[in-house]
Amino acid sequence: MIEVDGLIKYYGARKAIYGISFQVREGEILGFLGPNGAGKTTTMRILTGFLPANDGVARVAGFDVMRQSLQVRKNIGYLPETVPLYTDMTVKSYLDFTARIRGLSAKRKNQRISYVMDVCHIADVADKFIGKLSKGYRQRVGLAQALINDPPVLILDEPTVGLDPKQIIETRQLIKQLGREHTIVLSTHILPEVSMTCSRVVIINEGKVVAVDTPDNLTRRLKGVERIELEVRGPREAVLRCLNNVPGVTHVEHQEREGLQHCFVESEVNRDIRESVAAAIVNNGWGLLQLRSVGMSLEEIFLKLTTSEEMVSQ
Amino acid sequence: MRNIWAIAEKETRSYFASPLAYVILAAFLVATGYFFSAILALSREATMRYIFDNMGVILLLLSPILTMRLLAEEQRTGTIEVLLTGPVRDIEVILGKYFASLIFLIVMLGLTLYFPLLLTRIGNPDPGPIIAGYVGLILFGASFMSVGLLMSSLTQNQIVAAVLTFVTLLILWTIDASSNLFGGSASAVLSYLAVASHYADFGKGVIDTKDVIYYLSLVAIGLFLATRSLEARRWR
Repeated sequence: MIEVDGLIKYYGARKAIYGISFQVREGEILGFLGPNGAGKTTTMRILTGFLPANDGVARVAGFDVMRQSLQVRKNIGYLPETVPLYTDMTVKSYLDFTARIRGLSAKRKNQRISYVMDVCHIADVADKFIGKLSKGYRQRVGLAQALINDPPVLILDEPTVGLDPKQIIETRQLIKQLGREHTIVLSTHILPEVSMTCSRVVIINEGKVVAVDTPDNLTRRLKGVERIELEVRGPREAVLRCLNNVPGVTHVEHQEREGLQHCFVESEVNRDIRESVAAAIVNNGWGLLQLRSVGMSLEEIFLKLTTSEEMVSQ
Repeated sequence: MRNIWAIAEKETRSYFASPLAYVILAAFLVATGYFFSAILALSREATMRYIFDNMGVILLLLSPILTMRLLAEEQRTGTIEVLLTGPVRDIEVILGKYFASLIFLIVMLGLTLYFPLLLTRIGNPDPGPIIAGYVGLILFGASFMSVGLLMSSLTQNQIVAAVLTFVTLLILWTIDASSNLFGGSASAVLSYLAVASHYADFGKGVIDTKDVIYYLSLVAIGLFLATRSLEARRWR
């Protein structure tokens, strides 16, 4: 449904995103997870045709976002991060306007307006001016606006920011429910949000995709283990036995390449085994050609994500 | 077409939802009413020829305020992001907003129709020059609105948009003053470019195609550039 390949975007000389690639299958809820400033909004703006990419290709529902922008926009409902709305309109007249510029017929327009007001729980403020609404209501009006023409793809930029805990739960339920009929990309910087709503997660940091996986696998990778990558010149069996005997090691993956033992060693959380691994290998008289931590960047991101998560206290 | 009308309708509503609209209407009516009565008392002629000149000047002063909000405010508040990511063409956004400003202009000029009504009660005015004068005023104002919309597309600051509009209109208004500095064709070109020189004949009851084309091309150029400026947003 959405294919993104090698997107690059500069703001002046600064790289906002650098080589973002991922796919979203039909009916999937994809979480776009990353700390603030990672490039989530930029990527979403490129997908919606609001910003051009400097390089790379993105297709939504089979249409190129650069060359067939209008087709793409017909297939997308978009909730921008800051939820910009016309404050001098009432909720109902605003939805009426958005329905009209999306080309809904008069009959279908009224059906959809009452439907989206119902699912987004904004029917009670239908005749209020948007400028007078609280943040939570505005957020839901923004969501209603994105849903108005029943687009196959929904792009939601931080849909739960600024809501109170009860509204957050409601909004997540709504998104899950919408996920049955729509393909959804939602961005967030809150880790539990993706595990609750998304079927797959793309983690981005500093403009690059760091990981793509299911929320469960990611959580395991993030929380469960620390990995080091190792290259040793030595006999295969002996090296493996030695590594498994280092205290704290939980798992060893192994490959033999050109006579070198290439290993990934996983260990318990918060236990730095690099020194003891190095000592064990050197003591056996083998050659240690490389030793480095992998997944450290993931871990750092995880830290950033968990810090912001605490503020929500979910 | 439907999109243009939807945007025009929305924009017209938001004109009349804001107190600024009523302040401008009131200011326009007070100023024109004052000049109308003063001119009538002095000249004792049942004609609108002189008041049309004054209305033109007042339009020059007020129109930057009418158009400054149209796109600048959308860019400042970010609502442009929702608008431009919807399935609307840039030209539809521009035309929709432009028609809304024209509707406001026509309402504003319509409120001065009590001048000719008064004149027919107290005298016997020639209707030809009055109708031509209003046609001229609408064309004149329409070209101002187009320039104003262009300026509003360039910035997210309403005041900057208003100042740019005012300065541009002032230059267009007075550009023929320098035509005496040059001889021959340069002088002719400068006189042709001047926005006010095309306006004078309407008040005399003459609708000259040359003048109509001048105003319509000013409208077209303004709207074309505004559309390009909106498109350029996508490539920045």
